[in-house]
This record gives sequence, C-alpha cells and structure tokens, in this order.
Amino acid sequence: MFGAGGGTSSYTEIEETDVIVLWGSNAREAHPIFFHHLMKGIDKGAQMFCVDPRRTSSAKFADVWLGIEVGSDIALANGVAREIIHAGLTNDEFIAHSTTGYDEFKASVEPYTLDVVAEITGVPAEAIRELAHAYATAEKAQILWTLGITEHHNAVDNVLSLCNLSLLTGHIGRWGSGLVPLRGQNNVQGGGDMGALPNKFPGFQDVVDPEARAKFEAVYGTALNPTPGLHLTLMFEAMERGDLRAVYVIGENPADSEADIHHARKMLEGLDILIVQDIFLTRTAEMADVVFPASIAWAESEGTVTSSERRVQRVRPAVIPPGQARHDTDILIDLADAMGSELGPSKPADMWEELRSLSPLHKGMTWERLESEGGLQWPCPDEDHPGSPFLHGWLWEDDLGGRGPAPFSVVSHEGPKEQLTEEFPWRLTTGRALDSYNTGVQSGGYESPIRYGFALDVNPDDAAQLDVADGERVRVSSPRGSVEMAIRIQPDIPRGLTFTTFHFPELVDSNVLTSDAWDRRSGTAEFKAASIRIDKLARPAVRPESAPTSGVPAGD
Amino acid sequence: MTDLHIGPDTAADAERIAVDAVIAADDGAVVAETERLVRGGKARRDERRTLLLPALHALQHEAGWISPGGLNYAAERLGVPPAEAYGVATFYEMFRTDDPGHAESVTHVCVDGACQVAGADDRIAALEAEGRHVHRSPCLGQCERAPALFIQGRGEPDSVPADETDLFAHRQSAKRGNGALPLTDRLGTTDPNDLDSYRAAGGYAALARAIELGSDAVIEAVTQAGLSGRGGAAFPTGIKWRGVADQPSGPKHVVANCDESEPGTFKDRILMENDPFAVIEALTLAGYATGAQRGWLYIRGEYPLATARLQNAIAQAREAGLLGSDVMGSGHGFDIELRRGAGADICGEESARFNSIEGYRGEPRNKPPFPTTHGLFSQPTAINNPETLLNVLGIVLHGAEAYRSRGTERSPGTKLYCLSGAVARPGLYEVEFGTPLGDVLEEAGGVTGNLQAVLMGGAAGSFVGPDSLGLPLTLEDAREAGTTLGSGVIMVFDDTVDMTPVVTRIAEFFRNESCGQCVPCRVGTVRQHEIMVQLGRQGTLAPERLELIDDMARAMGDASICGLGHTASGAVQSALRLGLIGRG
Repeated sequence: MFGAGGGTSSYTEIEETDVIVLWGSNAREAHPIFFHHLMKGIDKGAQMFCVDPRRTSSAKFADVWLGIEVGSDIALANGVAREIIHAGLTNDEFIAHSTTGYDEFKASVEPYTLDVVAEITGVPAEAIRELAHAYATAEKAQILWTLGITEHHNAVDNVLSLCNLSLLTGHIGRWGSGLVPLRGQNNVQGGGDMGALPNKFPGFQDVVDPEARAKFEAVYGTALNPTPGLHLTLMFEAMERGDLRAVYVIGENPADSEADIHHARKMLEGLDILIVQDIFLTRTAEMADVVFPASIAWAESEGTVTSSERRVQRVRPAVIPPGQARHDTDILIDLADAMGSELGPSKPADMWEELRSLSPLHKGMTWERLESEGGLQWPCPDEDHPGSPFLHGWLWEDDLGGRGPAPFSVVSHEGPKEQLTEEFPWRLTTGRALDSYNTGVQSGGYESPIRYGFALDVNPDDAAQLDVADGERVRVSSPRGSVEMAIRIQPDIPRGLTFTTFHFPELVDSNVLTSDAWDRRSGTAEFKAASIRIDKLARPAVRPESAPTSGVPAGD
Repeated sequence: MTDLHIGPDTAADAERIAVDAVIAADDGAVVAETERLVRGGKARRDERRTLLLPALHALQHEAGWISPGGLNYAAERLGVPPAEAYGVATFYEMFRTDDPGHAESVTHVCVDGACQVAGADDRIAALEAEGRHVHRSPCLGQCERAPALFIQGRGEPDSVPADETDLFAHRQSAKRGNGALPLTDRLGTTDPNDLDSYRAAGGYAALARAIELGSDAVIEAVTQAGLSGRGGAAFPTGIKWRGVADQPSGPKHVVANCDESEPGTFKDRILMENDPFAVIEALTLAGYATGAQRGWLYIRGEYPLATARLQNAIAQAREAGLLGSDVMGSGHGFDIELRRGAGADICGEESARFNSIEGYRGEPRNKPPFPTTHGLFSQPTAINNPETLLNVLGIVLHGAEAYRSRGTERSPGTKLYCLSGAVARPGLYEVEFGTPLGDVLEEAGGVTGNLQAVLMGGAAGSFVGPDSLGLPLTLEDAREAGTTLGSGVIMVFDDTVDMTPVVTRIAEFFRNESCGQCVPCRVGTVRQHEIMVQLGRQGTLAPERLELIDDMARAMGDASICGLGHTASGAVQSALRLGLIGRG
C-alpha cells in the first residue's frame, strides 16, 4: 500500500495502540503468535472491534463484533468513512498535506449513509457509528486484516477501502497507528521481498523498469525478460489456453488449494511436464513427472525469513535433512548447472551479499548485523540505519520525503460475484482452524485434541429448517461440484451463512465448491463467497463428527 | 478466556436459576444485541468475573455446597476457566466443594480467643447433641457475645442468633465521655434503617460541606488532621487519598474494607449495623475527594445484619440522589457495589481483597505497585475501613483543628476498641488516644478476676502483662512498648485461663489462614503451630525449638509477601517472653 509491499507496523505497536480493528481475520486461530501481541494490547486497555461474518474465536475477544454479510466490506468501510466525515472527525491537516483525491472520495461515499450501510451489511447503524467514532477519535489505531479482505473478487478495492480510513484520520506512519495485513506463513513476506512475484525483482523493483532491469542484468550476468510473468490464477488460464505447458511448483499444493479444484486438477493433468519440489509428497507431487524432495526451511536450512513486520531474521540448520532431501537452493543451482547455466553464489551468506547490493531496502542489513541485532526491519538503507519499525513516516514530513501525496481511492460496494439463487440459496465461506494448516500437508500428520473444520458449520435455526442434525452427513453442492460432508450446528454463525475449512482435502474436498471468480489485479480467488445448496442424503447416516485419528493419508 | 473447556457435570435447575439471578442483576459481559452484533470484550469480562464470588454464594446457599455441575454452570456463564473457578471455590471457609450429605443449615461456632475461653467446645457439644450440623469456625467478629454463633442458611437466609436479642447492646458499651464522640455518637440514637433519621441527626452534612470545599480542600483537611488508617497499619489517610486523586483521570475506585477478620475485632460490624448511612456517606465522600466513580463495600460473609442494613442504605441513598450520576448536585457520578466475602482472613489484606472482588483467589499481590496506582482492576484505588472513613466526616464538618484537639500530637483523635474476654461489660468503646490501658479496662467495668494478660491488636498483635496497665494507648507509645494497637482489639485473660491452648489456637489460625502463596508463611506458620502442639504435649520446649520460633519469625517478617506472614509470630513470641506459656 502507498507503494510498499508490507504491513506498516511492528508487532509490538499493537500492544500500545488504543483501538484495534480486526477486519476479515480470525487471527486467534490463523495467526496465533501475532494474536498474543494483540491480547497484550487488549490487556493494556485497547478497545477492539472485529468485523467478520462469523463470530469467530477472535471476535469473542472484541468489545464489539460486527457480523457483516459476506462481501459487504466496502459498504461498511465507506459508511464508516462517511460517518467520520459527517461527524467532523477527519484529520483535516493531514488530509490537506499528505493526501490527494479527498474531494472525489468524499463525494463518492456520500450515498453510504448509516441506514443504507446497515441495510447492506446487516449490522445495526449504531454499531457502525460507534466503530467510526472510536477509530477516528483514538490517539492510535490499527486496522488489521487477512484473507477475509483479500480472498474476494474485488480484493484490491477491499484493501483500498481500508486505506482510505487511515488517510481520513491520519492513522498511518506513526507509532501505534497503521495498516497491517497479517501474513499466513513465517516467510510470505520474505518470498515477495525476494522477488517471488511475477512483476517484481527483489526489493519490489519493477520488472518493467529498464533502469532496475539493467542493474540486475549487470550482476546476474544475463539478459532478463522485460515482460511481467503470470500470477497463479493467470497461469491456470494460460494452461487452459494451452499457452503454458510446463510448470515447476516449489512448496505449493495447488491440486488441493485452488478454488474450483476439479478444474485446477484437470489443468495440471494436461501439462507436458509438471515438476514439484516439496518437503512432502503432496497431491500435486503425486501428479508430477519429477519430484525433488526438499529440506525444511526451518531447522534444516540456512538462510533468512521475513515476518509480517518486515523483520529479516536468520535461520540455521539444526538437523540433517532425511534421505535424499536437499536444500531448495542446492536443487536450483544443480538444475541450472545441468542446464548449462551458473546461478552465482551458492552459500547463503554470499547470496545475501548479492541481494544487499541489489535491493536498497536491504542494503544496510549485513549478515553480521542480522545475527547480532536479532533481525532487522526493512527499509534499512545503510549500515548505520537501525531498521524501520513502521512505514510511511514520510507522510508526516514537511516535504513528504520528496514523494507525492498518498491518494484516496474511490471504491464501490459490489458484493460477491456469485449471488445466491433459488438453486444455491446458502452462502458458503471458508477459513482456517487453529491446529491445522492450509491443505493439511504440514499439519495433517499430527493428532490434535481440538481438531475441527471438516464439517459444514450451520446456524441452529438453519439446521432446523433443513431438518438436519448435528453430525448428519449431507450433500453440499455449488454450481461447480458437490461433496458429501457432515453438519456441525454452530450458534456463532449467523443464519444463511455456512462455513468450512479446506484443511482436509482427503476427507472433504471443499475447494470443489469454492468460487472461481478472482481479482484481476491481485490474482486472488474469491474463496470467501460461494453459493451452495445442502441436501439430505437419501438414507441419512447419522454419526457424530469425529476427528481423523491420525494423519490424512501419506499422499497429502 | 474464551476457549473454555467445561467438564461433563451439569447443574440442577435450581442451581442454574440461582446463578442466573446473580448475573441478571448485572448488565452482562456478553450481550448479543442482534444476530450480527455482539458486545463483549475484556472490560466486560473483567466486569463479569467479579460476579464469580456472588455466584458461588448463590450456589452454596441453594445447594448447601458447590457441586461440580453448579460450578461448571457458573464458570460457563461467567467466562471463567473451570479450574480457576474451582480454585476460587476452594479458597473460602464458607464454601464447600464436597457433598455435605444433608440439606440443613450449618451452625458456625467460633473457636478463637474469647469464644474459646468462654466455652466454645461445650457449646459445640451441646449443639451437636441437639442434632445440629456444626462447623468449627475462626473468629466470627462477635467477641463481645462469646461464644459466638453464625448460621449459614440453607433454605433460609444466613443469620446470627444474637442479632435478634442484642440490637442495642452498643448503647451501654460505647463510652460517652466528655461531649459527643465523633464515631459512636449516633449509635443507638438514630434508626439504622431510615435515611431521614440519619439526616435528622446531621447525616450528609459532611458530604454537602465536602462538595462546597472541593476535593483538594477535603484531602488537605484530612492530611492536616493527621488521620491514620485504623486497620492496623496506621498509614496516613490524606497521603493515600492524595495519591489516588493525583493519578490521571480515568476509572478509579474507593473500597470500604468491611472485612474485619482479625480475631478479636468487631468494631466495624457495630458501626455498620448501627450507622450504615454514615459508612455510605463517608465512602461517597472518599469517592468525591479522590475522583473515584465507583465504590465497593467488601463485607465479611459472616455479617448478615450489617450486609442487609448497608444494602438498604445504598438503596435509599440511590433513591435520594445521594448516589448515582450526579451526587448531591456536585456533578460527580458515584455508585457503590457490595460484595460479600466468604470467610478468609487473608482478604483483610488490601491486595488480596482486590483479587477476591475481581473473582480470583484472595491471594495478596506483591507491592509495589501500590493500590493508589494499581489497585482494584489495576486501577487507582483508595481503601479504608469504616472506622477510618467515619473519622473523615467529623474532620470535614468541624475542621482539622477541632479534630486534633483530641488525642495526642502524633495520635490525634479517638480510637475504637473491641473489649472482650474477662471484663465486666465487653463491647465497643471509643476513647481518646492517650488514655491508659487500665482506664479503658475500667470503662468496661474492670477486669473480672485477676488479670493475667491482655492480647493487644488481635492475633496479629501481641500479649502484654498486668504491668502494662499504665501504657498510654497511642500509636507511638504502643510501638515503643513493643506492642501494637492493631485493629483495636483488647482481649482480656484472667489468671484462671490456661494460655497454652489459647496461643496454640492462634498459631493454628495462622496456619489455616495462610494463603500458601509464599514459602516463608506457608511453611513457617505450619512449623510454628507444630511447635505449639508439642509444647502443649510436653509442657516445655528445648532451647533450640524456642530459637526456631524466633528464626521463623525473622524469615516470615523479612520475606513474606503480606502482613499475615509478617505478624504471624507476634502473639506466640510475646506469650513466651511474658512467661504465659512454656514455663513447664
């Protein structure tokens, strides 16, 4: 946001903020370590709002839970913005000095009155007003989100609508105030930082920028493709067209994790060659022509990871990888070697030196400093720089640090692509559970006493209407496919909404159901909003939901 | 907090109703306003957790014990982890977590101090012969009526049999010296159930005057008057109030410590029973002066009459606008909540009391931080007992100078004493600081029999002998003489009393009441009691055993978290010093 691909704030800032707005995130379960920091903030007196269609275990910590309709986030954000404006709670000095486009934005949110937004979101107007006033009048306030914001067909608009709120109030670029997208894995941030994006070199430098390209070409000693690559969703479209014939998958399990999974598997099956490099023999790996067993980044590898607060940290091997498993970098170097190309330095410390010479964000982070200072937060432009706890402090500088002001974005409520119909009258949203991880590749092999998420959560009233009992197996269908799964009656979910996880693809192929609508700008599919129908089985076999006792089969 | 794992036991309907009634009286921690709007959060959960103690009282009263199912239900409704709820339920003397096997009320008989000497054991035997269910209880705070009884009701309210016959005993017992005495003047002359009667006797003039003066001037007057806390620690009240008032604005509390559990102490009970409106007025005044919005009365569970009268006083004061969003038109919002303790001497310690009110085990906290900055709910809190609070009314009305005209330079004002044991008229006496001990005994009709010893300041105090009758009762003189006024206990023993069982029982009291949190006290009080039992069996003690008592006293004094451990050896050591025990 505002030209940087990272969360604005440090973890410890949430411990000292005054208002926490957790929006579309069940961090209690999906980001449990970060949630510890959040709980410290609550303990120190921060007020917490939670915006989520479900009353999640995170929402139960909130002072106010606003249970919006799935996909009505922009309506709520615009309504909050309008209320802040009409109540005279905007930070006018900040808006005038540090932003552009305020007048158009102001006009654009005018239709979003409290009553209109209450109608769209289902949340009482009074609570929306309360959120607006608490956020705007707090000295420090943070908005945090995860996939409830980004796994929508209009993901980027969703994010921009939240950015607008921080620009209205000046809750950005200051200690304790910020915008924080929580990352789902220890190194999602690091992957993007290091250039694992179709349009960026390391340090978020644009592939299309000739100057940047020249710099990298000089060091890499080879010409670089000036055309941005494809992101995951576009890759599947390219596979469908037959343009993409060879895929090399590293540490990803798209044969289980993609939305509209039947389609995705068909695409993968149709490739000329599929190479998978992973620590487990995933479903995708089972489909592959070649599998490279890799060592685990944590405990078996040498290198760095970067957390959601942009902190680059060293990792070191403690155990020798089993069998033929090898370092990801060693595999890549040898593969390049076999293909007659040299990838450059082979030791992590030397690779890091090369990276530092190319990425201004990381320039000041020597290998020794990463060790002695316990990690550093980018940007860290020189070796005397202490690293940056938060981003966008320039918004408060007299000359804006020589940059242009931050733009407001006009965004409109659309709702989910897939509307409910008579045939598919129930809304399905998906998410994660505390003890399981994504498609279960890394967590399915362990027993857990608190495992849940392979059933379909429905409200007690809806269960009565459907005449289904807790634990009853039913057929769940979306326009794309259907699966058989158990019902879990859950009082914390509003009527009309259903929920399941995708942790147990071997048991319940829930991504058979999810929507294939996706955001053209982020490439993210709308996992959070599908329409489904629920049918009783011809001969209902009632049995209580029970956790899988040991791992999902070895193939997962 | 929110991830509760409740066991399989379920509550009976009656238990559910009892818990629900407690919760219904509160605005609720988790309110589902609509299907898509729920209000909850930490602040509300903290608020709700304070209902744990009342909920446990409700369960105990309903079923005669706290059943696993009832406890589960309370834990679930209040969002308290069941293990923590169990920890709280097992902390208190008045709660039981094992099935009593009967459905009758239980008669608590005090076996401490004056009651022990007055034949508690015989009384217990007689009651048991009648088929009553008896519980041997630590001090019930009715030492002037020894041996004391308290009935923990099942199917009937809790009660104290003596209350029915003894309502105006204070009339005779309060000393009515030269002119009106500030603390006891209204006892027996105003109707404790009627606000009008209290106002007719000058009630609420002090609060009106305080609002006129402003909070700064009130605290200044209290400081000038030299008022010090009457619970035993004698901390200057003005400094305490100033500490709270100087904290940045935000939630603040004033707490009236109505939990006098120090064996031998009953002064606050008599004040609360007979002058409840004064307690409410004084607490409101404290709230006004310190800027606190909330007042709490934490009262002994064994004081049903005082509880009822205070509750009535709160209700009448609310109705008259003397509590609420705008107290007496001052613009200051203040209201009072009452919490019943459940029989734990340690909850007389201020930070233990905060934990108890908050719904945790009543274990003292480390200090610092002190309550003035981190008290109840870790917010600034001033805490005083009723006697201290009532002093403030006179100071505000008549000024610090008038207040200082009584007593001595370093101990100004008057002091309440709880006389019990071998005196002709046991009861509550208000006398000026500086009055010699012998004169106070004379006020109570003199010693019956030959004086052997006086226990000063309660179990946490020390014994003095007949040679101390000339001791002027001031804070400084008592300290110099190596004793303490403590909470005002003067328990008198004549020479017919075998002191070994008395002192052994004091040691046992500390052993039972130690909360077990810190090692010196948990171990030291047990060892001390063991030595006393050994003394009782053998008649004498080897020198190294005597040394061990001093050694442990030092360890407890140096290293215990709270005053219970600091003072646990005072009575034993002084009894040995005076030769009351261990003479062979």
